[in-house]
Amino acid sequence: MARRENPEINAGSMADIAFLLLIFFLVTTTMNVDSGISKKLSEKPPPDYKPPIIKEKNIFEVNINRNNELLVEGDRLEIKDLKEAAIQFIDNGGGLGKPGEDGTPGTTCDYCKGDRSESSSDHPNKAIISVQSDRGTEYGTYIEVQNELLKAYTVLRNRLSQERYGMLFTDLEKAYKDSQRTDEDLKKKIDDIKTSFPQIISDAEPTSAN
Amino acid sequence: MSKFKKKKKGLPAVNTAALPDIVFMLLFFFMVTTTMRETTLQIETPVLPSATEIKKLEHKSLVSTIYVGKAKDAKYGTGYNRIQLNDKIATPDDVPAFIFKARQDVSEAEVPFMTTSIKADKQSSVGIIIDIRLKLRDVNALKLSYSTSKGSDN
Repeated sequence: MARRENPEINAGSMADIAFLLLIFFLVTTTMNVDSGISKKLSEKPPPDYKPPIIKEKNIFEVNINRNNELLVEGDRLEIKDLKEAAIQFIDNGGGLGKPGEDGTPGTTCDYCKGDRSESSSDHPNKAIISVQSDRGTEYGTYIEVQNELLKAYTVLRNRLSQERYGMLFTDLEKAYKDSQRTDEDLKKKIDDIKTSFPQIISDAEPTSAN
Repeated sequence: MSKFKKKKKGLPAVNTAALPDIVFMLLFFFMVTTTMRETTLQIETPVLPSATEIKKLEHKSLVSTIYVGKAKDAKYGTGYNRIQLNDKIATPDDVPAFIFKARQDVSEAEVPFMTTSIKADKQSSVGIIIDIRLKLRDVNALKLSYSTSKGSDN
């Protein structure tokens, strides 16, 4: 009479239990990474602040009305044409740039490939894009416009980066990120491109929707 | 002779003893990476606008989210301009308090890196976004992100 002392517990269904739990977590997990258009707000100006006088030609005015229609520099425009118009404006390079902080006089934009027209922007670092929207404008349209404007900057930055470093700006940024933000050389390149084409998009006070 | 008679063998069964281990490993991976949603939405899940020039938000602990959209509860009306802060429907005037509360949870050195993410529905109006933005500027919460879904390049 050989009776086994400790019969083993049957672990065959262990996998089933584990699978069940696994599937539960698979279904409930959301792996979405929050992403969006980032924006840095300007600080609140002091009450006695006088805005600097900016030449009309250095402002690219985009108006969005409450019917989600665009008025760009006084003309109606479709959203799909906005990018080209913005590129033309930023890349114009018709005059001298902003003087440096140490008092060095501004230089002409030697990397611009625009028309160098007298009536458009002087230099990318002077070119301001002003977006004015109505309070009743749809948020989706507003984001679309912001996106198109950002695209224009990306195109220009990519072009310059390709010329100077033989690499797209987006790839440059990615490589920097991959290096855990430690690569000083890359950082210098990125900063160089960024100061060459700074993103100056300002939001004007909205028109009221009464 | 019978001593050397070959035993008849079928295919040996594949040993599945390690299967639970593998499954458990996967299970733990998903358990660790899962984040349960902290707030219950009082508004209908916003349909985010899509964009291509987007940046990922890093450091989740430094992000406070403001939802804008249509309230689930009909008593708040059917417009797409309701704001939700934490678990409540609120007004733009409550935004500063919300930001201050979020600031208490992080160390002082990290406050400048705090980002406010606005998750607004496509159909919301810009007016409400601007109201929020002005309030954010008042309390110096200057980093802002308009949450969007990833759109396709065209």
